[in-house]
Amino acid sequence: MKIAVLMRAVPDPVEELEIDGEDLDRDFLGFVLNEFDDHALEEAILLKEEVGGSVSAYAIGTADEVEQMLHTAIAKGADDARMLGKDLDALDAHAQAEAFSDALGGCDYDLVLSGVQASDELDGQVTMLVAAELGHLHMSVVVSVTPDGDGLKVTKEYWSGITADYRVSLPAVLGVQTAREAPRYVAVARIRQAQESGALESVDMGQPDPRGRIHITEMRLPDVGEGAEMIEGDEEVAAEKVYEILSSAGVV
Amino acid sequence: MANILTYAEHLNGEITDASLELIALARRLASSTGGNVEAAIIGPGASALADQLGGADTILVGESDALGEFNPQGHTAVFTGLIASRQPDIILVPYTSVGMDVASVAAAASNLPLVSYCLSVGADGGLSGTCQLYGGKVEVDVEVDGDKAIFAMLSGCASADEGRVGGAGNVEPIEVSIPELGITFLSLSEPEGGDVDITAEEVLIAIGRGIESEDNITEAQELADAIGAALAASRPIIDQGWLPKTRQVGKSGLSVKPKIYLALGISGAPEHLEGMRDSATIIAVNSDPQAPIFGVAHYGWVGDLFDFMPELTERIEG
Repeated sequence: MKIAVLMRAVPDPVEELEIDGEDLDRDFLGFVLNEFDDHALEEAILLKEEVGGSVSAYAIGTADEVEQMLHTAIAKGADDARMLGKDLDALDAHAQAEAFSDALGGCDYDLVLSGVQASDELDGQVTMLVAAELGHLHMSVVVSVTPDGDGLKVTKEYWSGITADYRVSLPAVLGVQTAREAPRYVAVARIRQAQESGALESVDMGQPDPRGRIHITEMRLPDVGEGAEMIEGDEEVAAEKVYEILSSAGVV
Repeated sequence: MANILTYAEHLNGEITDASLELIALARRLASSTGGNVEAAIIGPGASALADQLGGADTILVGESDALGEFNPQGHTAVFTGLIASRQPDIILVPYTSVGMDVASVAAAASNLPLVSYCLSVGADGGLSGTCQLYGGKVEVDVEVDGDKAIFAMLSGCASADEGRVGGAGNVEPIEVSIPELGITFLSLSEPEGGDVDITAEEVLIAIGRGIESEDNITEAQELADAIGAALAASRPIIDQGWLPKTRQVGKSGLSVKPKIYLALGISGAPEHLEGMRDSATIIAVNSDPQAPIFGVAHYGWVGDLFDFMPELTERIEG
């Protein structure tokens, strides 16, 4: 099975965000692999291990983090990787989808896997937009992909833990929420080997304009402290206050 | 005047609250713009559910046994066909597992802009919206080019109770033209029970990404044991396989309403808040003062949870 995995760099979810005009202040912002894309990569490698074939990883951007992401994908088991040389910050979801679709076009992948969502997809889900661009079957919130004859058996999660099984023909584009197994770790030495393997190719592409037809007029941090009574003081003060709350609720 | 079309999702013979919220939102928009509200319900059993969508002026019913339960390909094709034939100005789709399969592909097929992660919609002097990005850490106001768009709405955008109006007025069966299906529905599975039913617990200690590693869960478990509480978690912890799925709180996990919900290292993405915001007392500990969890918490402390956990455990154990 010939599989492509689409990977995105997103602001580190544990970092505090600062705003500069109508965008994030990106100067000191750390970027990490979109966690859902990490699960998509894991599912792709699991599938390859089961049925054979190949896994190719794609990411947009030129930053060191993007290169590192792709080398890590190779170290984990991807056969090759392509870094699509565009300024990721300037692309909306539609333009990202177009860049990915252009890169995938003509490669005849049986299956394209990517994360079900990313935290910055204001104008649509990139993965589903890629499906639309390629004209492939689509499904999101996928939690299991296993071989089934000449197609796939795919499990989709709804809500409250309810899931459904589907049979999906190929080619298809699937938005993965969770892989069947937690994404594998890989030793730094393996990543260094991947850096020297020559399996990462940089692809120079033209820079498309944003395509989503949505304009941000204001960006702000939500007023998060509105409802909470904030406890001031060190951990001892905080623990004492929480103890009082637990105690007055009669649970300790 | 703006005509509105909403997507009514249903599963297992039930219309979801997220869909009823959209009816309430559509009604509000229609009263300010003077348009009509049409609700589309597609799939097997759609006719029988139409009378729960009485908040809409017209209910478009696409009854079809061929689709099985929800079918991403089939339902999207039928809904896209409706957008073409009814020409609505505002299309509301829930940002749920079903809506995610419908919204982007329908937008692309209809060549319409899509506003995602949307909290509210404006229709005065052009289409606009307010959205949450970066796991709820940032809010943006947006304007849309043109006079038609699809909005993928987050849960909580309006009141489901307000949208729950019985007695369907004008029910209109629609022609269901299904493409050759490459996706076949096989079966639905309910979640398996676990060792602990977190929906029945009085106190939940819920851990998130801030716990950093599987080894650190021991400390949270010690605190839970000291209180006599159960351990729950947000999605990233479950996805790592550190706790079983039965402990997951949120959109794809369980909804809980304990007496005390102590959130440790949980930032509070919209998907998590959906499952715990009705808890009687919410206490949040997070190192990020901007974490959205503080927006729903009753009490908050900004600091390191690894300083906090042993301190509270010790205080309880005396």
